Amino acid sequence: MSNGNKDVLTGHQVVANAMRQVEPDVVAAYPITPQSEIVEYFSQFVADGEVDSEVITVESEHSAMSACVGSAAAGARTMTATASQGLALMMEIVYIAASMRTPIVMTVANRALSGPINIHCDHSDSMAARDSGVIQLYGEDAQEAYEFTLMAQRLAESEDVLLPVMVTLDGFTLTHTAQVAELLPDESVKEFVGEYEARYPLLDVENPTTQGPFDMPDYYFEHKLQQVEAMSNVPDRFLEVQDEFNQLSGSNYDGLFDSYKLDDADYAVVILGSTAGTAKVVVDQLREQGKKVGLLKPWLFRPFPEEKISKALRDKEAVGVLDRSLSFGSSGPLYLEVSSALSEEDNKPRLYNYTYGLGGRDIKEEQIAEVFEDLEDPDLEHEMRYIGARQ
Amino acid sequence: MKEIRWHGRGGQGAKTASQLLADINLQEGKFVQSFPEYGPERSGAPIRAYNRISDEKIRVHSGVYEPDMVAVVDPTLLKAANPTDGLSEKDILLVNTTKSPEKVRSETNFDGKIVTIDASGIAEQAGSGFANIPTLGALVGVLDTDYEIAKKEVEKALSKKLAEEIVEMNLEAFKLGYEAVN
Repeated sequence: MSNGNKDVLTGHQVVANAMRQVEPDVVAAYPITPQSEIVEYFSQFVADGEVDSEVITVESEHSAMSACVGSAAAGARTMTATASQGLALMMEIVYIAASMRTPIVMTVANRALSGPINIHCDHSDSMAARDSGVIQLYGEDAQEAYEFTLMAQRLAESEDVLLPVMVTLDGFTLTHTAQVAELLPDESVKEFVGEYEARYPLLDVENPTTQGPFDMPDYYFEHKLQQVEAMSNVPDRFLEVQDEFNQLSGSNYDGLFDSYKLDDADYAVVILGSTAGTAKVVVDQLREQGKKVGLLKPWLFRPFPEEKISKALRDKEAVGVLDRSLSFGSSGPLYLEVSSALSEEDNKPRLYNYTYGLGGRDIKEEQIAEVFEDLEDPDLEHEMRYIGARQ
Repeated sequence: MKEIRWHGRGGQGAKTASQLLADINLQEGKFVQSFPEYGPERSGAPIRAYNRISDEKIRVHSGVYEPDMVAVVDPTLLKAANPTDGLSEKDILLVNTTKSPEKVRSETNFDGKIVTIDASGIAEQAGSGFANIPTLGALVGVLDTDYEIAKKEVEKALSKKLAEEIVEMNLEAFKLGYEAVN
């Protein structure tokens, strides 16, 4: 129930409300497991006549993304939502959505990939899409997921970007937890996202275009480079969108990642998503004990803000990177990014990789405190550590 | 920050009670979290739900292991679900049962404060049939929450889903639950 502008809402509900306020032309989604309640709530808004969007329920996630691509190519503002296996099944078309430069906004309730079959949180699903060409934003709580869903719309549709944006929020931890969130007035959101006008709508028969054709070796490479260029424009556009959003909402987004007590920290952890919130509590506790510790939480994972993150971490003694997914036979995806970002630095911090929370395994404050304790040990060996796993 | 754990069986409305409590706490100006524990839930299977209540923004997203208070909606879970897990002697155990606090103490070996309430009996008397709402009433009483704020919130939330007559029965059950501990 609301108190002023504040409400107690689940992550599902805030994202569905963001979609209601954006009121896209089309939402195409697969309405059955592993779908989240996001589409269910949104469909209710449509059925109740609160929004005028066209909901296309399709027979699979592969078809959901295909319908989204068709809809976006036709010139319609298009959104979808998925999770875990659903995203995995979508994957073929996610690459196509990015390469056709369709500004689709999709939310992903981060959940483990099978097998074993599991419905709980980890980041395997969205990490599997990291090379697909979509922009990826990770939220810490329902509020961030809400705000990123709104900002994603502007970012995706920026003229020199035109790429799909994936907004992720931790499955169950955020999607199923009722928490305090503050929604903006509908009319403010409408004004913020504005009207969408596609530059080359397929349905503009006066100005016919060809979209999604075959590419021979003589052009494929160049077209991929156009995607590279579009991706490189994202950080600046994201900062601009943040500025505008701050003016509208009174928020204070001011970067590509969230720094928490990081500036003067000797020891830092890098964490995506909701666990960063738990880590902030730990940072506060350790700061009270006089320890100089801090946190870096990337908001933007694709494109990865290498230079800025390197700058923020290079003067630290040691950094622990906590991954919530595996890349079998290698280090964690987040670790690889941070490691690569710091590779050019002369005096780089000692860098360690941890895996945590697979398949919904809980991570507690004391386990994060132990990571900080590890980091103080100058002789700590470089090997993957699995937090809370029986070995 | 206060942490609360609910024990119920699937279908008894422990999760609903947890969410209602979060709604009530928001009206008091608090920050809240309410979340169930998801397993292979089925009607009748033991489930747990949790609340966090704080004056400041809640950043922690891990599970609740050492609650300050436990509410047991189903009497049989006193034995079947280890409701005193993580409780210390300064904490509170609220149980829907016809047994006395002394009897519950001897059955659980719990050293802290024990509050018992015949929530099932109250629900039957009020005609609502579900013990979650009178248990919530008692919990609101134990937490010293403003009764009027709480009642209004319960009414608002239940009115969205239930017929007026059923809402009235539940409000009566809520009131009796609250009065049983105050």
